[in-house]
Amino acid sequence: MSKRILIVDDEPNIVISLEFLMKREGFEVTVAADGEAALRLVEENRPDLVLLDIMLPKKNGFEVCQAIRANPDWQSVRVIMLTAKGRDTEVAKGTALGADVYMTKPFSTKDLIAQVRQLLGQS
Amino acid sequence: MLQGWVIASVSFAYLGMLFAIAYFGDKRADAGRSVIANPTIYALSLAVYCTTWTFYGSVGRAASTGIGFLPTYLGPTLMAGLWWFVMLKMIRISKANRITSIADFVSSRYGKSQVLGGLVTVIAVVGVIPYISLQLKAVSNSFTILLYYPQIVMPAKAGAQPLLQDTTLYIAMILAAFTILFGTRHLDATERHEGMVAAIAFESVVKLLSFLAVGIFVTFGIYNGFGDIFNRAELMPQMRALMTVEDTGASYGNWLAMTFLAMLSIMFLPRQFQITVVENVNDRHLARAIWLFPLYLFLINIFVLPIALGGMLHFPNGDVDADTFVLTLPMVERHEALALFVFIGGLSAATGMVIVETIALSTMVCNELVMPVLLRWKALRLHEKKDISGLLLSIRRSAIALILLLGYIYFRAAGEAYALVSIGLISFAAVAQFAPAIFGGIYWKGGTREGAIIGLAAGFAVWIYTLLLPSFAKSGWLSLDFIQSGPFGVALLRPQQLFGLGGLDEISHSLFWSMLVNIGCYLIISLRRRPDVVETGQGTLFVDAFRRADSSGGSRFWRGSAQVEDLLPLIGRFLGPERAREAFLAHARQRGLASIDELQANADLVHFAETLLAGAIGGASARVMVASVVKEEPLGPDEVMNILDEASQVRAYSRQLEQKSRELEEATADLRAANEQMKEFDRMKDDFISTVTHELRTPLASIRALSEILLDDPEIKVDDRQQFAAIIVKESERLTRLINQVLDMAKIESGNAEWHTAEVDLHEVIEESLAATASLFADRRIRLDRRLAQAVPQVRVDRDRLIQVMLNLLSNAVKFCEEDRGCVTVRLSSGIDTVRVDVEDNGPGIAEADQRTIFEKFRQVGDTLTAKPQGTGLGLPISRQIIEHFGGRLWVESEPGRGASFSFILPLSGEGINPEERTEQ
Repeated sequence: MSKRILIVDDEPNIVISLEFLMKREGFEVTVAADGEAALRLVEENRPDLVLLDIMLPKKNGFEVCQAIRANPDWQSVRVIMLTAKGRDTEVAKGTALGADVYMTKPFSTKDLIAQVRQLLGQS
Repeated sequence: MLQGWVIASVSFAYLGMLFAIAYFGDKRADAGRSVIANPTIYALSLAVYCTTWTFYGSVGRAASTGIGFLPTYLGPTLMAGLWWFVMLKMIRISKANRITSIADFVSSRYGKSQVLGGLVTVIAVVGVIPYISLQLKAVSNSFTILLYYPQIVMPAKAGAQPLLQDTTLYIAMILAAFTILFGTRHLDATERHEGMVAAIAFESVVKLLSFLAVGIFVTFGIYNGFGDIFNRAELMPQMRALMTVEDTGASYGNWLAMTFLAMLSIMFLPRQFQITVVENVNDRHLARAIWLFPLYLFLINIFVLPIALGGMLHFPNGDVDADTFVLTLPMVERHEALALFVFIGGLSAATGMVIVETIALSTMVCNELVMPVLLRWKALRLHEKKDISGLLLSIRRSAIALILLLGYIYFRAAGEAYALVSIGLISFAAVAQFAPAIFGGIYWKGGTREGAIIGLAAGFAVWIYTLLLPSFAKSGWLSLDFIQSGPFGVALLRPQQLFGLGGLDEISHSLFWSMLVNIGCYLIISLRRRPDVVETGQGTLFVDAFRRADSSGGSRFWRGSAQVEDLLPLIGRFLGPERAREAFLAHARQRGLASIDELQANADLVHFAETLLAGAIGGASARVMVASVVKEEPLGPDEVMNILDEASQVRAYSRQLEQKSRELEEATADLRAANEQMKEFDRMKDDFISTVTHELRTPLASIRALSEILLDDPEIKVDDRQQFAAIIVKESERLTRLINQVLDMAKIESGNAEWHTAEVDLHEVIEESLAATASLFADRRIRLDRRLAQAVPQVRVDRDRLIQVMLNLLSNAVKFCEEDRGCVTVRLSSGIDTVRVDVEDNGPGIAEADQRTIFEKFRQVGDTLTAKPQGTGLGLPISRQIIEHFGGRLWVESEPGRGASFSFILPLSGEGINPEERTEQ
């Protein structure tokens, strides 16, 4: 059974590239364009991993990450923060809120895939 | 029968004797052997205070008010107790500053103000001239009464006599001639008249002896001593009342006021200032005057009540004026020699007063009124003349003649009227106005020129209103209504119950108001500003007069020559030759000198010697002793000015330092503020960079990811390849646009943008912008509503920039409209001096709170609520910058849910701020 990945980003072009990449690697992909939709999909689909942007409409990435970590049922969900916000404070904040990996945009597709596989125990 | 010629020749003989004394005194002074360098003579000369007003008037006042005559003498007696503090200070100050008159004193204190000197002179002349009249009248009356000896005939009304038969006129002329002879024989730089002082002292003796003689005659000749007179008077009820003070508050208040007034008069009457301060040879003489002068006053008053009561017992009908009792009592007892002696005593009192007062006034008139005018009168070329002493003498002589003439005119005009009777006290009240400026001047450094001038002028004005004008009214020169119902019937302004203040006699009433106004103005006006350099210099010189003299700093003001050979034996006489020698040697060694012979006999050494001696015999005696072997040279005005200049330079310098340190503090504060601003800028730049990089990273992320996908997999589906390549192009364009806008913004903000300003037709701009955005409208099927006014004037702007603004507003409007149902309205209209463009949409609108932030960089509204808006977040800030650059304004009006309307106005050509200037900022 293939792993499920939730892509959360409001930049359509980024979603296109991520979706293509993840599908090519054989993952099952769902997409959310804002924070609230993201949490709804986590509830419905219980993804194995979330690729999470920070600057999102309605609920930002930090809040989404916090909500995921706050729910005991969702402890197995891996979170990769994938964002254009590259300041040290923001990296620290993301990690503190429970993100497994924090990657800044623009990212290397190879690195991203490697991180995803590692987190899903496939490397 | 006393023949007129007998009286006249005795009078002239007496005056001749006076002149001889004066002449002798002047000769001795020229020879350096002063006759008046004697404390007793000094004390006696102060008794010029006692005029005919005392000599004849005291008895008159005693007859009408009992001991009411006393405050006039109690005041000076009390004041004498304070002389050692107050008068000594005034003398020291006057000597150090070579003061010539009370006007000079006041004007010097407040920075040598000519206005002030002139004002004091005018007050003194106006206040004192009636007093001079009084002397003329007294001499004239006593002469006339004596002429009818042994009959007692009261003189006719003065005004009734034809001018040329009026004795008073001749008396005035004689006195003028005499005063000119006394006072202006030659010009003395110090304004001192030693001969005159000697004559005045002699006159004091004469009037005292004469008054004592008549007192003794009345008390012990006519009656059997004090007890007898008082016992007899006791039997008459109206006379018993005279011997007690009326037991009411007002009565005591009046007493206090009179005493206070007399205290001030003894200091500030021009003649008293002349005698006490200007003519003083040695300030130690004051020590004897302090007890001798009150003693004199006591002696001359001791027989006042007996004579008054005796006279009233003797002339019970009241047909003999009590003012003449002194003369008429000996006459009625047929003691013609005594009567003549009394007449001479009265003449002494009158001439002493007239001579000193007139000299003092003429000095003031000459120095403070005439000379300042003449010296300013360039046509006279006075400043080119080497010797103007002749001119000065002429002015003084004319002034003397004029003052006596004015005195006579006042006498003729006032006649027997009320005005002459109270005139002594009215004069006192006038000169009392000097008190605030002088006391303030010698004890307070804060007094200013304006304070003194306004205080004096206001006090003087109140004096005129409350005393002089009413006295005119009572003399019949003004309507009595003026006093009874106030000017124009305003009761509140009644001059003798001003603002309803009643229950006081007229003198106390006037004194209260004039002093209140005078002191009030002096203090309040003075406190309005800090004294300037000159005022501070003079203030220090006056207020610290004692300190300067007593401290080592005082030696700076001393210049003279002394010999070590003189000083050493002098000290040796008191300390023993060996100790003196040791002390001098130690003093020499302190200054790095080997022996006493090398010591310079300078101010420093004199001061040392004086201090040394003071340890043995006290400071005061030491000064006298040292002065005896030291030849002191008074400081010239130039030197005093130099010393002052130095002091003011030091002050100016320290003020500059203060200024500098204040400037430094300000600079530090400015720097700190600038630093804070730099930090703020830094933080903003940091935010800006962080935001810009975020905006850059997002498109870059898509580009990189898709490029890597394309690169990794050459066999990717054609459709995908097409889509990815298109996205890469689009995102690259987005990047380019962002970079351009950031640079654009930076250029505009730094003022480096290029502007191509020209007359622009807004119709064209709008049409062109609409054409460029037509596809946007079409894509989202947004309706466009054009409402453009025809014939809108042109504006001077950069055409491309304005199109940039329009494109931004239009694309924003389209972006925020709902597809299909959206409608954008574009309006163009013109006002008086502006044109206006509105771009209105029917989108979601903008919340009040967001209406400001949308004009900030990278602040896009809708971030959190709707889908992410497309754009850089720089469009509106740049648009606003452009519109403001051309002197216009860009703003938004919106209510959430009802669309938003972005509007801008631009000034018509020639209005607003010149664009070129803005560019160069």
